[in-house]
Amino acid sequence: MTPVPLEDVFLAAAALFVVLAIAMFYRAIVGPTTQDRLLAVNVLGTNTVVILALLAAGLDQAWFLDVALIYALLNFLMSIAISKFTVERGDVL
Amino acid sequence: MIETIRFWAIVVLLGFGVLFTLVSTVGVIRLPDIYARAHTASQTDTLGAGFALAGVALAFGWQHAAVYTVLLLFFVFITNPTAAHAIARSAAETGVEPVLADEGAETDETETATETDGEP
Repeated sequence: MTPVPLEDVFLAAAALFVVLAIAMFYRAIVGPTTQDRLLAVNVLGTNTVVILALLAAGLDQAWFLDVALIYALLNFLMSIAISKFTVERGDVL
Repeated sequence: MIETIRFWAIVVLLGFGVLFTLVSTVGVIRLPDIYARAHTASQTDTLGAGFALAGVALAFGWQHAAVYTVLLLFFVFITNPTAAHAIARSAAETGVEPVLADEGAETDETETATETDGEP
């Protein structure tokens, strides 16, 4: 038998991911260049996607995965748009 | 029996996910310049998120939520290294200079030299 319920494992992993995402705010606040902040926000967005997927499994709410999918899409578009925006007439891809 | 194997497989996958995300969080906070940080940030996006989402897909089993999770995993695998590459390239084009190992060694030497000069 399993020592703890599987839902608790997912909720504990989600809590650890939240702690790591909060630690990432350090680089988003003090980062010397715009790209440092953008990179930190990008990693924060990926952590948010993972947290949403873990909560979908932990709380048994499968529709959270739709939110996570849309969030991943918007996160990618935001990173590309801002990194293109910071370069004057450059192509970053 | 098969439930126990599935449970421990999920625990190991989530543990690897948290471990890789921890490593890359420490890297993004402590590494010296944007290029090294971009390298370690794309590591969290592929390995950390990959292992955690694989654990979620294994927990859902044969439902279409598992298909969603695999699609999400595929999407994250493709887009996040691309985003890290775009960020690093925009840093290169706006003229952010990389911190080289030789420069760090030189500043260390000059610091110790000034310290030994200052002591007598």
